[in-house]
Amino acid sequence: MLELKHICYSVPDGTDIIRDVSLRIDERFVAITGPNGSGKSTLAKLIAGIYQPTSGQIILDGEDITHLSVTERARRGISYAFQQPVRFKGITVKDLISLAAGKSMTVSQACDYLAEVGLCAKNYINREVDASLSGGELKRIEIAMVNARGTRLSVFDEPEAGIDLWSFNNLIQVFRGMYERTKGSILIISHQERILDIADKVIVIADGAVHACGTKAEILPRLLNVQMGCRYTKEATGA
Amino acid sequence: MIDAIQKHLLQEVAGIHEVPQGAYSLRVNGSLSGKQDSENITIVKKEDKPGIDIYIRPGTRNESVHIPVLLSQTGLKELVYNDFHIGADCDVTIVAGCGIHNSGSAESEHSGIHSFYVGKNARVRYIEKHYAEGDGNGKNIMNPATVVEMEEGSHMEMETSQIKGVDSTRRTTNATLAAGATLVVHEKIMTHGDQFAETHFTVDLNGAGCGAHVVSRSVAKDRSRQSFYSDIRGNNRCSGHTECDAIIMDRASVTAIPQIVANHVDASLIHEAAIGKIAGEQLIKLMTLGLTEAEAVEAIINGFLR
Repeated sequence: MLELKHICYSVPDGTDIIRDVSLRIDERFVAITGPNGSGKSTLAKLIAGIYQPTSGQIILDGEDITHLSVTERARRGISYAFQQPVRFKGITVKDLISLAAGKSMTVSQACDYLAEVGLCAKNYINREVDASLSGGELKRIEIAMVNARGTRLSVFDEPEAGIDLWSFNNLIQVFRGMYERTKGSILIISHQERILDIADKVIVIADGAVHACGTKAEILPRLLNVQMGCRYTKEATGA
Repeated sequence: MIDAIQKHLLQEVAGIHEVPQGAYSLRVNGSLSGKQDSENITIVKKEDKPGIDIYIRPGTRNESVHIPVLLSQTGLKELVYNDFHIGADCDVTIVAGCGIHNSGSAESEHSGIHSFYVGKNARVRYIEKHYAEGDGNGKNIMNPATVVEMEEGSHMEMETSQIKGVDSTRRTTNATLAAGATLVVHEKIMTHGDQFAETHFTVDLNGAGCGAHVVSRSVAKDRSRQSFYSDIRGNNRCSGHTECDAIIMDRASVTAIPQIVANHVDASLIHEAAIGKIAGEQLIKLMTLGLTEAEAVEAIINGFLR
């Protein structure tokens, strides 16, 4: 179970990016949504340890991990799929899947993870994770890496972005399969209604703060209204 | 016939444990230690200077030649001439390499001048590894020179690597290509400590429809210095590409000077050079998989120099 207690994060020029966010994540699927620039990705990076909060605490299964490094958090069971996957010259798909799994893998083991994200494994397993792969291919490999890690908390930053020809049903199947194996929590930053639809809890972040938090039944209708009527703007301006 | 240190050097430079199968020439501490011909490949010791001539009969296919050089005696300096005469329509692999184990305090130096005469429509894969180690203060020096003359329609792939232990190296490669010939060079270099490595490639694209692709990847660590020079000259309808990609670390210094010269209106030439440190996001990605920063650096360098 992950708990954020009064997390604040400011950039050096003093701008507040995250303002006093407190959250508990112990459900299977938790979705974070909200407008662009609201601080969702920053929150994911704070959880993974890439950014250090200005104040507040991060607790993982009772342990205060606020000051732990990226590596230490990864080893304690946090996985993080980047919104924009990183390219490497010379490192192959099989290398990355093996590094993610923490052990050397046979071709067929690595292929299983690729097949699950809809990649024809034979075509990809020995390819370099470089500029020759498309954005959508990289996103799938990113998801396969988190799947291979199989940790108790997996954080995905907009996993559906760039995956055009692959139906969301498959992506959702990957998440369900991941849960069956890890019995951990899966935190997904997403704008997609069909991903929000499988969430046990939906958190709406706006302007660096938790704007709403609840079950999908409570949150989804409000979100849809917001999108249609632009109620955020009306609420924010008091109109 | 060879001792444990020499066996280790042989493993490093040729990837083999014992004397190789097929045609080979093994040079140990400045003299020919053993050689073997095959039906199609003849190795002849030069009479006028140190070195060998390797004759590969036209039409020889799927055969390989190993010519490793091992130096384990400190202070030994040698200059060796190896000439490869590759007949038309051959398809062969040549594995060369030099391993130095210098446990004394004197400089050890091996400089090999390799000349390749590649016959019409022949295909050659040439693999060269340089490796040095030592527990004394003696420097390990290697100054290889390669000359390649390619006849019509021939194809050559050169893979050269110098990953460890060589204190100083100046490498020159000069190639001339006839019509339809293609040359592909992959160079890998890693320097550390106070090492120095300099490479020069000069390629004359003389024949119509020939092409060259020269790629260098290097990592410079600590206070080491590297220089990369390439000069691709398009003298006919041809294509040429030179690329230098370097990772710089610590207090190292890297110079890259790729030059392309078009002497023909249908010469199509490209050069690229990039030098930079390891991207922070690459380190962070691997750290999110549980690697420490040092492990992440190692994984990135190993991949880059694969």
